[in-house]
Amino acid sequence: MKILVCISKTPDTTSKIAFKDNNTKFEEAGVQWIINPYDEWYSLVRAIELKEKDPSVIIHLVTVGTADAEPVIRKALALGGDEAIRINATSDDSFYVGSQIAEIAKQGGYDLIFTGKETIDYNGSAIGGIIAELLDVPYVSLATKFDLNGDVATVTREIDGGEEVAEIKLPLVVSCAKGVAEQRIPNMRGIMAARTKPLKAVEPAAVDALTTIASYELPPAKAGVKLIPADNVAELVRLLHEEAKVI
Amino acid sequence: MSVLVYIDHSDGHIKKSSFEALSYGAAVAKQLGLPAEALLLGTVTDDLSALGKYGVATIQQVNNDSLNHLDAQVQTKVIAEAVQSTGATIVVFSHNQTGKALAPRVAASLKAGLVTGAVALPDTSSGFVVKKSVFSGKAFANVNITSPVKVISLNPNSYKTVAGDDKPASVNLLNIAVEDSRVKVTAVNKVKGEVPLTEADIVVSGGRGLKGPENWGIVEDLAHALHAATACSRPVADSHWRPHHEHVGQTGIQIAPNLYIAIGISGAIQHLAGVNRSKHIVVINKDPEAPFFKAADYGIVGDAFDVVPKLTEEIKKIRQ
Ligand SMILES: Cc1cc2nc3c(=O)[nH]c(=O)nc-3n(C[C@H](O)[C@H](O)[C@H](O)COP(=O)(O)OP(=O)(O)OC[C@H]3O[C@@H](n4cnc5c(N)ncnc54)[C@H](O)[C@@H]3O)c2cc1C
Repeated sequence: MKILVCISKTPDTTSKIAFKDNNTKFEEAGVQWIINPYDEWYSLVRAIELKEKDPSVIIHLVTVGTADAEPVIRKALALGGDEAIRINATSDDSFYVGSQIAEIAKQGGYDLIFTGKETIDYNGSAIGGIIAELLDVPYVSLATKFDLNGDVATVTREIDGGEEVAEIKLPLVVSCAKGVAEQRIPNMRGIMAARTKPLKAVEPAAVDALTTIASYELPPAKAGVKLIPADNVAELVRLLHEEAKVI
Repeated sequence: MSVLVYIDHSDGHIKKSSFEALSYGAAVAKQLGLPAEALLLGTVTDDLSALGKYGVATIQQVNNDSLNHLDAQVQTKVIAEAVQSTGATIVVFSHNQTGKALAPRVAASLKAGLVTGAVALPDTSSGFVVKKSVFSGKAFANVNITSPVKVISLNPNSYKTVAGDDKPASVNLLNIAVEDSRVKVTAVNKVKGEVPLTEADIVVSGGRGLKGPENWGIVEDLAHALHAATACSRPVADSHWRPHHEHVGQTGIQIAPNLYIAIGISGAIQHLAGVNRSKHIVVINKDPEAPFFKAADYGIVGDAFDVVPKLTEEIKKIRQ
């Protein structure tokens, strides 16, 4: 059983979001980088749990990123996983990134590919679907539970207003959301072990991106809060009804 | 060349988010001087010709009942074939659970540039630039799609439904073979009678300030009076006071209702990331220094256990 876990680096959740170069680039100065929470808390941890149950499971991590992504990949390896692959490219378009990972997946013959449900910076929610299509295998998006029985996966996924449980024979691509696993803190042994785990860099395949980011913008600032005294709740209702017209 | 809008449905009914997608697709088509069409996989009990009022002239339907259930791999092949046979160049989805499963696959299959989470009509003055939500609601990116075929998925509650004159749409049946699914669905659990969070116009949300799950009655009563969906902060879901699917924020669901009412929630940056695109925000918190007031339109500094039941009573009065 070989599992490929897709890892992305994202700004820490408390980072100040600002842009530079005429609002065409994210201002990275002073930003702390973390493993995208969905990749870390859910997909990576679930893969590690599967390996704990069955030590013959092999876990590879993959990221599309330049050399400055390596500290984040090492952090992921400190949680678990046998080795990591870094595809040496910047990740500015979903199709580009998905195609690169699909290429690695084809070469490695993986039974299972995990992504997070989305990254918290680009919020694409697209990479898993693109990989699955390029490999022509089933895709379960927004999984909230994942179990494996031989080569059949039992997956629960979010649907509008509820959930659905399905059984699917591997190979399979799954995007993991909350519920699949619980967050873990790496321990000292894991951190030491991660230093010597193989992390190989490979050059990207020739693929053209299909989108480019023209610019970024920040949402307009709020006008400021209108405070209503706690003993005059009727006034709030009046404002919501007559001014905001939302009720 | 045309714009093709994917119609999402469940239990025989077309979803509200699809009316937004249809209105959006029709507007994109008008902007480019193209026809707007819709694509329905499977069957519904709703009257399809009535969709004409959203600005689409033709509904392309693959009326195979096995498509009523979503398998992204199977549906993608059908959609790709429908795109080819209708000559569509722009495909529009809703950025909901269904769209998140389908749009990326369809885009990859068609080698089409993809923008998910679109919040506005494209700017076609130079290129084809779609504004999308990024950094979990803290910013927007204007993304230029450079490929000939384009796929857009529209964030729910970002584009207003436009219903025009009742010009009925015609239905055209497409004959496309459907493969067998490799996914065996064993159970579907739907929360009955509740408004799905991502489609709700009004959301009432509770935080740790409510002290425990036994106190959620006041939240539910208010939500009920407003026909609203309920949500919660992350620690509330993590402590199992409320189900996980109610967790909103940077690491939960991102929503953009017309009205978001936050009760006993401090307004941490990660929470705001999931709700700050709401059109109007009301904050009820006993701490006047709670950061949430900075992101709010209306606020009451007070004890939730006192304020919320009164608010519910006042709402009931005007709703009568
Ligand atoms: C990586 C990361 C990701 C995260 N993602 C999310 C996320 O997606 N969503 C999320 O919500 N959080 C998220 N968090 C957690 C976030 O930082 C906050 O800890 C969390 O939002 C706080 O929840 P809360 O407001 O319910 O609780 P608290 O911060 O404890 O606030 C409770 C509030 O209730 C008020 N209160 C108390 N009693 C009353 C009363 N009787 N009446 C009225 N008000 C009262 C208090 O004044 C206080 O403001 C994340 C954190 C990290 C580190």
